[in-house]
Amino acid sequence: MKPFVHVRPDSAADAIDAVAADPDAVFLAGGTNLVDHLKLGVATPGTLVDLRGLTSTAVEDLPDGGLRIGAGVRNSDLAGDPRVRRDYPGLAMALLAGASGQLRNQATTGGNLLQRTRCAYFQDVTTPCNKRVPGQGCAARDGWTRYHAILGAAQDAAGLRHCVATHPSDMAVPMVAFDAVVQLAGPDGDRAVPLGEFHRLPGDDPSRDTVLRQGELVTAVDLPPLPVAARSTYRKVRDRASYAFALVSVAAAVAVEDGTITDARVAFGGVAHRPWRATRAEEVLRGAPATEDTYRAAADAELADATPLDTEVGGNAFKVPLLRGTLTTTLRRLAEERP
Amino acid sequence: MNADITLTVDGRERSLTVDPRTTLLDALREHLGVTSPKKGCDHGQCGSCTVLLDGRRTLICLALAVAHDGAVVVTADGLGRGDELHPVAEAFLDADAYQCGYCTPGQICSAVGVLDEAADGWPSAVTPDLAADEVVLDRHEIAERMSGNLCRCGAYAHIVDAVSAVGNGAVR
Ligand SMILES: Cc1cc2nc3c(=O)[nH]c(=O)nc-3n(C[C@H](O)[C@H](O)[C@H](O)COP(=O)(O)OP(=O)(O)OC[C@H]3O[C@@H](n4cnc5c(N)ncnc54)[C@H](O)[C@@H]3O)c2cc1C
Ligand code: SF4
Ligand code: FES
Ligand code: FES
Repeated sequence: MKPFVHVRPDSAADAIDAVAADPDAVFLAGGTNLVDHLKLGVATPGTLVDLRGLTSTAVEDLPDGGLRIGAGVRNSDLAGDPRVRRDYPGLAMALLAGASGQLRNQATTGGNLLQRTRCAYFQDVTTPCNKRVPGQGCAARDGWTRYHAILGAAQDAAGLRHCVATHPSDMAVPMVAFDAVVQLAGPDGDRAVPLGEFHRLPGDDPSRDTVLRQGELVTAVDLPPLPVAARSTYRKVRDRASYAFALVSVAAAVAVEDGTITDARVAFGGVAHRPWRATRAEEVLRGAPATEDTYRAAADAELADATPLDTEVGGNAFKVPLLRGTLTTTLRRLAEERP
Repeated sequence: MNADITLTVDGRERSLTVDPRTTLLDALREHLGVTSPKKGCDHGQCGSCTVLLDGRRTLICLALAVAHDGAVVVTADGLGRGDELHPVAEAFLDADAYQCGYCTPGQICSAVGVLDEAADGWPSAVTPDLAADEVVLDRHEIAERMSGNLCRCGAYAHIVDAVSAVGNGAVR
């Protein structure tokens, strides 16, 4: 492991200044992703700026009825919060479907959003990867793509896909469906970014996962008041029943009145470079009868532009029907549930 | 730049000097000779390094020692009182919940965490009613909550028996 300096500033403002002033400095939260990357040589910072005690560990009620989740709130505490369990059950389910009990006790809200892809080639510094080293190429697009993207990673004009990685967070999937907003504090002041615009698509610069600037700190994630979220769920499909990343996942919330869907929120995990808000599926669902045909039409609308990979060592075309089936089943069960 | 830190390990205050790259796992094993937490994968994937860190079950192969100056660490070794085993350790013996024993200290610390979390009413991914205040630790719940601890010998069925015996007073 490359040597680094560990500092613990007295305030969040000092932490922001320390990272803003030094391109070689990074924030350290729970460490469950960053420390792994230090060991693997994927991250080689000169300075770790420790956030312990500097970011909020509180889940607060907002005046509008929503919730403000401090960046330092641990995944386990958020999943156990009675307000989250009651008003945003899909979020609690996603958190509980992630990692393990131990890791959830360590992982923070900020770190979970900023965790990097689990692409095996990204984590293996002996293989080419545009995300680690821009311009190097991408070992995945001809390789093992079970955990890779089927949405949002289309070819460019020259027929190249620069990166086919997926964002691995479960937590972020319902959050993006619920219109969460990320609160940031930076050297030039504060700003708020809708979570749906926080993670980037790879385009020709996959090295940047998010729109976060050097030195910008996630201070909180706000959930708006959202009655439909009280009837929400999270369905994660994986290679084993627990303690595994998603092949595909669906966060959904629906409101049904007299057999008609009056509101719907849908997002996917495990299939794109960012938690994927399924806006086309939502459009099909809103105002439509709560029937199997509607659910299938919603899935078809969202998956029409899917670009699965076909490689010699196994592509990921299986994820298209898998996601279609997962979405329709999830919607059917949710709609049939009595509120 | 080395750092001086202090840890309370199994009830004893210990001071040590570490390179910032040292994980809490290596600090315990290599610097302090506390070998009950085991190194399996060193990447957060197996659970054998589980201890109670400031009261919560935690993987210390992904924790930097410098980031936990002042922490209170309880390993499987420090759970009991004097010669008396902790009830969870006792249950592992009774249920024959191991074979080689390598994963066992981590399993036991994790199980202690599971019981605390269930007592706090925390749901799991398989809890039918998320809003319920009380958790019933049936076999399904225990298997899910213990899924972060792998056992290469496959002693899972007996591990669930052991946790179940402590969790509900009887094996279901
Ligand atoms: C074996 C294993 C299995 C896992 N399984 C799952 C899973 O199934 N589902 C899932 O969703 N996740 C899973 N995870 C990932 C886990 O959820 C993340 O590692 C964790 O959420 C990261 O949070 P952290 O606080 O530990 O972040 P850290 O590791 O401390 O930081 C991660 C990144 O975020 C940055 N960062 C942290 N906080 C802030 C902030 N406030 N502002 C700006 N930048 C910040 C850091 O600089 C770093 O780049 C798994 C991890 C492991 C090791
Ligand atoms: S998919 Fe992205 S992260 Fe994976 S090797 Fe290709 S460029 Fe790197
Ligand atoms: S050694 Fe820590 S999880 Fe495997
Ligand atoms: S008893 Fe051998 S690894 Fe679990």
